[in-house]
Amino acid sequence: MTEREGKAGLSEAAGEMLGFHRPGGDTLVVRLSGGWNLRTALPSPGDVEKELSSGPGIRKVAFDTGALGGWDSGLLTFLLQVFEKCAAAGVAVEREALPPGVRRLLDLATAVPERKGARREADRVPFLPRVGEAAGRSWKSNRDTVTFIGDVAVAALRMVRGKAQYRRSDLLQIIQECGAQALPIVSLISLLVGLILAFVGAIQLKMFGAQIYVADLVGIAMVREMAAIMTGIIVAGRTGAAFAAKLGTMQVNEEIDALKTMGFSPTEFLVLPRMVALFLMMPLLCLYADLMGILGGMIVGVTMLDLGIMQYYLQTIHAVHLNNLWIGLFSSAVFGVLVALAGCLRGIQCGRSASAVGEATTSAVVTGIVSIIVATAVITVICNVLGI
Amino acid sequence: MAFGSFVLQKDLNFTVNRGDIFIIMGGSGCGKSTLLRHLVGLQTPAKGEVRYGEVNFWEMDPGEREKFMRRFGISYQSGALWSSMTLAENVALPLEEYTDLDPAGIRENVSLKLALVGLKGFEEYYPSEISGGMKKRAALARAMALDPDILFFDEPSAGLDPISARMLDNLILELRDSLGATVVVVTHELASIFAIGNNSVFLDPDTKTMIAAGDPKKLRDECPDPKVRNFLTRGEAGASG
Repeated sequence: MTEREGKAGLSEAAGEMLGFHRPGGDTLVVRLSGGWNLRTALPSPGDVEKELSSGPGIRKVAFDTGALGGWDSGLLTFLLQVFEKCAAAGVAVEREALPPGVRRLLDLATAVPERKGARREADRVPFLPRVGEAAGRSWKSNRDTVTFIGDVAVAALRMVRGKAQYRRSDLLQIIQECGAQALPIVSLISLLVGLILAFVGAIQLKMFGAQIYVADLVGIAMVREMAAIMTGIIVAGRTGAAFAAKLGTMQVNEEIDALKTMGFSPTEFLVLPRMVALFLMMPLLCLYADLMGILGGMIVGVTMLDLGIMQYYLQTIHAVHLNNLWIGLFSSAVFGVLVALAGCLRGIQCGRSASAVGEATTSAVVTGIVSIIVATAVITVICNVLGI
Repeated sequence: MAFGSFVLQKDLNFTVNRGDIFIIMGGSGCGKSTLLRHLVGLQTPAKGEVRYGEVNFWEMDPGEREKFMRRFGISYQSGALWSSMTLAENVALPLEEYTDLDPAGIRENVSLKLALVGLKGFEEYYPSEISGGMKKRAALARAMALDPDILFFDEPSAGLDPISARMLDNLILELRDSLGATVVVVTHELASIFAIGNNSVFLDPDTKTMIAAGDPKKLRDECPDPKVRNFLTRGEAGASG
């Protein structure tokens, strides 16, 4: 323990640390004694104020620090407040008796004047300006989104023509990360979704002795919609968030600025490989999820509904048509593009702080999932209109 | 000091006296920042001990060590301010957690600490809204929040303009002189080393050990090791490894 803390550890009660006397004339002497330490109970500057107002004719405050022990910023804070109160009361302060270290630090604290206009007022912004600001932000965000989609479309065209700037190794690595490495979680979720669908269907269908149709229910639901949606949501939470975090961190570290200044297009270099990777991997993950979901339904059918494996398999083949498969695979490819766009857009838009990366990641997942649901609705309506 | 089987530094033995401004110096990659992490409790050394007075720091019970670490103030290389908090909140957090000050007392103390580093009026700013030099100063204000016995700095003046670097150096000197704090600084900024340091250790990445210790100015003028003189004269003493 330092001398400062050691003395403060023996500190007296707050009341005994502060005393006053009037040696005569117009001077009030404030006696400071004992250890003045942040971690101990300190006297209030209000006591000095009371003393100032108790007797008439006080024009000067002086200090007696003969019995002062250890001190730290607790004493400095107290003194600054006393100085303020004295200034407000028009009383002069004599600092000479204060320890040299205290005087130096007080001088330092007041040496740099407050920068003009730096202080922020906690004024509440009126309603209409707030609405206006929100509308302005929303307009800018929408414009940025449209610009981003346009940039990506141009970059995709350049890629088709073989002119896009990107590293093939990056593309392969992203394909591995968002494809093969997602298989375990896709397996688990799809198997469980198949199980749940079969359970729910089995309870109803069993009442009519129609439990064999669990295979139809699970097969069509998984292949046409559920596998694509569930895979899309998994990928939004896993890969879309990773894209936003990665690009957001690159934004914070000025890596994206470095790309720009060296003539690389961040859209081609960073966004395009991610979008292509998800566009290619999502249908494969979806196909895999179809199989896992059907397997989950089969487990329930065989173990709980006394159906044979071949019986369940043949019923599934009979129920599920290629149209269902194509719709599911098409949807998943669309979801892949949407999730990649959402993740990359939020990452590129990210601010330059750690909390901004967190916000970008959250926003990427929310945007990705909302996009998936909206796209599902649109595709369903179109299929309905087309009669497929 | 080691990472797995890779030994970064060995046979380090030095003493920091109370009131010293102690410089840990050496070329890039010699282990300065790792040594600092061992000193402040962020990384266990592979072998050896760190003593604060009679206390064997790494032998302490983890809970006790955590309490002991409240006597340290640490200013990191990048500032490491919490980005979701304003400057005032950054400085106030340790005061709220570890003192019995009331909210008004905390507010006053935060204002004082920010005023000491020349940031009066910037209480409500977020770290992302201020410059690099201001971040370093705000980090120092946070490091001083609990009036620590020992202040540690990792590259305090790196990346600062000469005036800001000089101001920070003066502030470190003032804190040592006024509060009697002990200061440990990791740096290879020669101007800072000579302006503030009165004791030092020089780590060498080739021999993986300390090759000099003492007053940096004396080392510059009198050290028999050409590597040290070369470093401290920015190569003017003649190159040698």
